[in-house]
Amino acid sequence: MSDIFFKASRAGINTVYQDKGRFHMQHFGVAPAGCMDTKSFLIANALVKNNLDEGVLEFAYQGPSLKLIGGKTKVAVTGNVIFQIIKTNNKIVKGECNRSYNLIEGEQIDILSTKQSAYGYLAVEGGFKVEPFCNSISILSRAQIGPNEGKKIKIDDKIIIKKNSIIKKNFKVNISSKKKYIIRVLQGTQFNYFSKDSKKKFFSKNYKITNLTDRMGMRLEGTIIKNTVSTNIRSEGITKGAIQVPADGQPIILLTDHPTIGGYPKIANVISADYHLLVQKIPGEKILFQNVELKEAELLYKEHVSSISKIIKNIKEIN
Amino acid sequence: MFKKLSNIGDCGIVCDFGDEVNKSVNIEVIKLFHYVTKQCSDGNLLGILNCTPSYNKLIINFDLEKIKSSQIVDFIKSIDFSKLNFSQNKKEWVIPICYDFGMDLENISKTLKIDIKEIINIHLNTTFYIYMVGFIPGHPFMGDLNSKIFLNRLKTPRVKIPPGSVGIVEKFCNIYPYESPGGWNIIGRTPIKLFNEKNNLNPCLLSPGDSVKFKLISKEEFKNFNNE
Repeated sequence: MSDIFFKASRAGINTVYQDKGRFHMQHFGVAPAGCMDTKSFLIANALVKNNLDEGVLEFAYQGPSLKLIGGKTKVAVTGNVIFQIIKTNNKIVKGECNRSYNLIEGEQIDILSTKQSAYGYLAVEGGFKVEPFCNSISILSRAQIGPNEGKKIKIDDKIIIKKNSIIKKNFKVNISSKKKYIIRVLQGTQFNYFSKDSKKKFFSKNYKITNLTDRMGMRLEGTIIKNTVSTNIRSEGITKGAIQVPADGQPIILLTDHPTIGGYPKIANVISADYHLLVQKIPGEKILFQNVELKEAELLYKEHVSSISKIIKNIKEIN
Repeated sequence: MFKKLSNIGDCGIVCDFGDEVNKSVNIEVIKLFHYVTKQCSDGNLLGILNCTPSYNKLIINFDLEKIKSSQIVDFIKSIDFSKLNFSQNKKEWVIPICYDFGMDLENISKTLKIDIKEIINIHLNTTFYIYMVGFIPGHPFMGDLNSKIFLNRLKTPRVKIPPGSVGIVEKFCNIYPYESPGGWNIIGRTPIKLFNEKNNLNPCLLSPGDSVKFKLISKEEFKNFNNE
């Protein structure tokens, strides 16, 4: 049987295969990687009736333009994304996020841009046919780990789909997304390295997200945080969402492709329930950190997980 | 025995073994690392995603949907540390090195007023202990060097260091697995690949707690190494 595949006539920015991530390898220097916004990732899979941990394509700011060859498939785009489907007769259908579409041979999905957000997701029914590395298809492009030789999708790449679509129906769900400017954090392991005044300002002044932001980290600009103990610590393991403050006093939030160990003191750590909101913020946006306690963070995460389950349960057939 | 347990975010625990950085402290870290890893693979501890040992700390990251901080803290506190073993399967590696690629050797020799030959001899006669692996895949931090060749980092880090380069700073020695920027003093290069992204079962050559001795090879042997 010949392959069903997409041919990329435009690669998009930072288009990579991702799933939940690759674990049990951080002691070898391998960061977990995985989808930045796991909420959008799970919903994308649910809309095309996949297992929720099936691999998808993640893109940043601009997605790929893909022509389907050799069969049919069902696709769903999640996030806040502008896209269109170009029919074989060149008719254009405006795309809607959070719903599925059936594509036939020769049709094209053109993912134009994300809207006031960083990341979008494309799932196909059955998933993409790529070789996992250590139980994950997530690409860690900095270390060239994962399928496609650990590289981003480029123009003319062949993106193979595992199987022909068998489900005729399409599905959709409404998601009310609220923009949040507050990002909740726990105090970091070296919280007491910083001056009393700086700690106060960290929780009361806005920080702006700068252009120096990618899957690895987010550099912020704002009130300088003064260190009163030491601007270097013995290198220790890194957790995603850790907010470190190097000697220049401007915080850096370490994200999904973070280095595995690092030697800067950490003032705070973004809570798991707010991580998907943080990563969708774009350069120029401002955020305000709010301090919460561990118990509250755990409760908020529970609520976050159950809100995703609720969305998935609310997926309805389109008549 | 650890000195302090604390949270790092809502899905991480830090086991802190104190401020000192030496082999005996690190061995305690590695013992706990081996034990926790074993408990995970035996199915006695669910929801652990990563265990990351460093010089004096072990960080345990977990899936907040499956387990909470307090359960991991209870688990760690229930361990009888006197019964933990330094795993029997730790390995002793021999890594070939060609010192002809040691672009900083001459400068080091001038700075420390030690003959290049002696620097090489000290390096070859050291049995290195791997404190940790990380920052980037496969990258070992090893020690301890003889204090005669202690050095600071380069004042201006290099933008590009070739893969396989062996560097030294203070009592530590590293090997750069990939071409990368860096500030260590480069004394040689190995043709060995430290991380193989094609190998699904054992992608990483060196593990924390392993030991390494270097073996001198010529430029000729270096060139032929990957052809044999």
